[in-house]
Amino acid sequence: MEAVIEKLEEAMANGERELRSVGDAKQLEAWRIRYLGKKSVVMLALRELATLPLEERRRVGARANEVKAALEAQWKQKLDALKEAELAAFVAAESLDVSLPGHPVSLGRLHPTTQTLREVCQVFTGMGFEVVEGPEVEWEYYNFEALNIPRNHPARDMWATLWVDYVDEKGEQRMLLRTHTSPMQIRVMEKRHPPVRVVVPGKVYRYEATDATHEWMFYQIEGLAIDTNITLADLKGTLFEFARRLFGAERKARFRCDYFPFVEPGVEMAVDCFVCKGEGCRLCGNTGWIEILGAGMVHPDVLRRMGCDPAVYSGFAFGMGIERIPMLRYGIDDIRHFYGNDLRFLRQFRG
Amino acid sequence: MRVSLNWLRDYVDPVLPPEDLAHRLTLAGFEIKAIEVVGGAWDRVQVGQIREVKPHPNADRLRLVTVSLGERSQTVVCGAPNLNVGDKIAFASVGARLIDGHSGEVAALKPAKIRGVVSEGMVCSEKELGISDSHEGIMVLPGDAPVGTPLRDYLGDTIFDIEVSPNRPDGLSVLGIGREVAALTGQGVRMPGVAYAESETPVASLASVEIVDPELCPRYCASVIEGVRIAPSPEWMQRRLKAAGMRPINNVVDVTNYVMLEYGQPLHAFDYRRLAERKIIVRRARDGEVIVSLDGVERGLNHDMLLICDGREAVAVAGVMGGLDSEVSDVTVSVLLESANFNQAFIRRTSATLGLRSEASLRFEKGLPAELPVPALRRATQLIAETSGGKAASGIIDVYPGRRERQPISLFNGEVGRLLGMDVPVERTRQILESLGFDCEMSAPSEMRVSVPYWRSDVGQSADLVEEVARIIGYDQVPTTVIAAPIPSYEPSPVLLLKERLRDILVACGLQEVITYSLTSLENLKRTMPDLSLPGPMPLRMANPMSREQEYLRTSLRPRLLLTLAQNQRYEDSVKLFEVGRVYLPRSGDLPQEAEALCAVFGGASQERSWRAKEAPVDLFDAKGVAEAVLERLGVDASFVPGEDAGLRRGRCADIVAGGERVGVLGEVHPRVVENFEATGPVYLLEMELDRLLPCVSTGVRYRPLSRFPATVRDIAVVVEAGVRFQSVLDLVRGFPLVSQVTLFDVYQGDQVPQGKKSLAFRVVYQSPTHTLTDEEVNGVQQRMIEALKDKLGAVLRG
Repeated sequence: MEAVIEKLEEAMANGERELRSVGDAKQLEAWRIRYLGKKSVVMLALRELATLPLEERRRVGARANEVKAALEAQWKQKLDALKEAELAAFVAAESLDVSLPGHPVSLGRLHPTTQTLREVCQVFTGMGFEVVEGPEVEWEYYNFEALNIPRNHPARDMWATLWVDYVDEKGEQRMLLRTHTSPMQIRVMEKRHPPVRVVVPGKVYRYEATDATHEWMFYQIEGLAIDTNITLADLKGTLFEFARRLFGAERKARFRCDYFPFVEPGVEMAVDCFVCKGEGCRLCGNTGWIEILGAGMVHPDVLRRMGCDPAVYSGFAFGMGIERIPMLRYGIDDIRHFYGNDLRFLRQFRG
Repeated sequence: MRVSLNWLRDYVDPVLPPEDLAHRLTLAGFEIKAIEVVGGAWDRVQVGQIREVKPHPNADRLRLVTVSLGERSQTVVCGAPNLNVGDKIAFASVGARLIDGHSGEVAALKPAKIRGVVSEGMVCSEKELGISDSHEGIMVLPGDAPVGTPLRDYLGDTIFDIEVSPNRPDGLSVLGIGREVAALTGQGVRMPGVAYAESETPVASLASVEIVDPELCPRYCASVIEGVRIAPSPEWMQRRLKAAGMRPINNVVDVTNYVMLEYGQPLHAFDYRRLAERKIIVRRARDGEVIVSLDGVERGLNHDMLLICDGREAVAVAGVMGGLDSEVSDVTVSVLLESANFNQAFIRRTSATLGLRSEASLRFEKGLPAELPVPALRRATQLIAETSGGKAASGIIDVYPGRRERQPISLFNGEVGRLLGMDVPVERTRQILESLGFDCEMSAPSEMRVSVPYWRSDVGQSADLVEEVARIIGYDQVPTTVIAAPIPSYEPSPVLLLKERLRDILVACGLQEVITYSLTSLENLKRTMPDLSLPGPMPLRMANPMSREQEYLRTSLRPRLLLTLAQNQRYEDSVKLFEVGRVYLPRSGDLPQEAEALCAVFGGASQERSWRAKEAPVDLFDAKGVAEAVLERLGVDASFVPGEDAGLRRGRCADIVAGGERVGVLGEVHPRVVENFEATGPVYLLEMELDRLLPCVSTGVRYRPLSRFPATVRDIAVVVEAGVRFQSVLDLVRGFPLVSQVTLFDVYQGDQVPQGKKSLAFRVVYQSPTHTLTDEEVNGVQQRMIEALKDKLGAVLRG
């Protein structure tokens, strides 16, 4: 019996010593077979326990199990250490030049006008406005007459017009490229009854020589709200919120009286200059303010033409150019870039 | 409109500093575009008087001038020709900032030694002071100029450059602006005096007026001033005209301009003796009639123009410009002064037809009140008599066939508040309106009857009165609220949503969105065809195109997009662009159909250049991949059918068919078309018509539960005739049960397969929603599949 115990102690001591010099997985496996395999001292001792008398069985068994557990624990520890070292070596060997450029992914981008229109529409849909669109080729009636701008009205100078070469059989209707999105005020109300809240984005056209700040085709967005109790204060609230969301809370907005034949009272909204913050500079023509939109309460004559009794209903309308917004925000120096479509320009707008 | 504050002070006290006044006027609707300070830089310039002029000892053309400045006097060297002892002049001391008469630059005056004489100061010309461009001689001040006073106090002024909106012709006058200032600052207006002495001769004995067409000339007033002496107008008048941007001419013409600026009523002075039969006839022109206008240009007239004629011929185009023959000249001794009212639309049309826009026509076309001619005529008559030594005949001629009474406007209590969203007491409303010259009277406890002053032709109904109240209170005083009513319900527009989704999908596919001009040239449209024929219907043309490049409304997105591609190919290896926009298809007797379309073009490298990937040119399947991505994301069940499109290359073109309709086309742009646009080929193109695509778009998602049972994957390779389309293989394979997915992974033609054949290798995924598939089941299906491929397509299973 003592001999068995002695053998176990010896295996324990040898095992521990040999394990220290094990350097790789292969050696470790050989070690495991030698000290923990079927024919190892420990396993043999355990297997032969049954042949021993009870008293010895207990002592030898207890010791054999202790030795086995100790060796196993050391084996596990060694195994983990080896894996760790292997991983460290692998990691150390497989480093990359991370400064190499990534494989390019084709990045498409929306046109800056689309980006701006979406942003603007989002602000207004958030306030309950519906987005609708209308024709760009219009009858003179919708573009002018229905908006209180009859032929030979001096206000027609405000909208230099591109006329379509079209002869109506009766010679009454003249066709044109809409000079503003306002004709949609009339069209929208041909199909709807108050309460109405719409915004109308779209292209408009002017007969105009182009320069850095003038383009003959550009985008506008029109707004119209008609209900029983719409007020100038509501118009202010709506447009101030718009200005705050688009230009930031620190921007100041100014309302002043202005004239558009289809609104009364008429309004012009300006924001304080982005560059000089109101001090006066070239961008704002030394006024400190930049006009961004025209607006007002829908003119009673226009309301009547919409089929709304001005004694019952009131409404506001506004219209603004779209390109001006990114031009102001990003300091774009020339409006002609927008529809010149040079990729070197378009790609700068990440949105 | 340029308004001098010095002039404005004749009628009202500005009270506020100029910047504040400008701010108030701007908010109230009269935008001050610029504030110009005359004399802002005159820090060391004073009124002086010439005491002595002596020759310069060393120069013939220079003089030594001694100038008294009150407490002191100074002697300087001066070369001006108009140096007279006793004249009042502007004297600049050393350090004054003056404009150099030759270079135009501003510089501080330095002491100078001129031909041996030290000169510390300078007698100034108008140009040196920035008053005008005149530099021929020194500026001579009026005799009443107080010697020693800083020039700024005597001559300095502030000019407002005011943007007057077209509904406010009254604002095109100093008095009109004065009325605004008075209302904004709570004071009254001092009207100019119009009294003058008349001669014994009744004006009716000197001239007569006949209006043939009263519709076009509601009123014509005239006076006659005899014994005038034509000379320059007084200095103060010239100064004011210059400040307003007008050129002084003579004492009669200057008065007509002065009163136009003062009252807003254009006037015209005729040389009375040149009027045949001493008669004025207002009539339409005869077709072919001509007149030589004041500017010396002969102008052809027609029946749609109104003329002022004497007993023989036309002497002026009414409301637009006078004639040369009857112009007031140095020899004029009597003047007939016209102050009339003309139909605004008619004047506008006439001036547009003649291409002649004058200060007069600009005012008439905005609609002037018929009450205005009389006070303006009296004022002008007074000033002419005063400045030219003439005497007015007694009375005025006043032919007034177009008299109209204006009805008062009812303004109900609460109407102001209802539109503005703020409570304005009736008393405040009344006070504001009265300050602007309106007469208010309570006709009932809840109703005010408001009479509009004649000069406010723009005010016609109660909303106009509300604006008056709002702008005088100030829009900044109106509260800021949100719309209180519930949000109206609506359905989003499906086309709008489709456009936005298309844009998002194409951007996700790596394409850049562009927006191109809607107008193009016929040539550009034709360039999209190899034979340069016109594609589609004849497009709508502009009647007044700005250029040939912008003459026609596009019927296709292709031309501008191909141009844009070609332009960008100069800088870019890989160009992939798309546009979602409208084409304009003419319809008889109606506005064109504005059809929404999508067009995408692909040129150059398939991918951007990279250090790993091999460079490959873009090909048809790049474009098709995008088309498939679009259709997949929209849930459109579409097929690609070999198609024909004259602009695309035959054999490399597919119609995109969905719901039995052609919703689009895909293909390689015809090489000649590529050449027409000077692009670098090959170029591929994808086009869709949104009206046709829209009905095929799946709304929502039909959810299918995930199969709990494993899939079996088999790869199959078959050899078929090269002409067999993959689509027929795909359709056949998909027709078998249990097939859940088919993916083509190789197409091969070459040494490994017989001549004229190709190998297609694809992966088939089998899966059942109800059970785990056994090998036997899958083998059975696959066996039948292989047989069917052989029977129907002659496919042979590859080794």
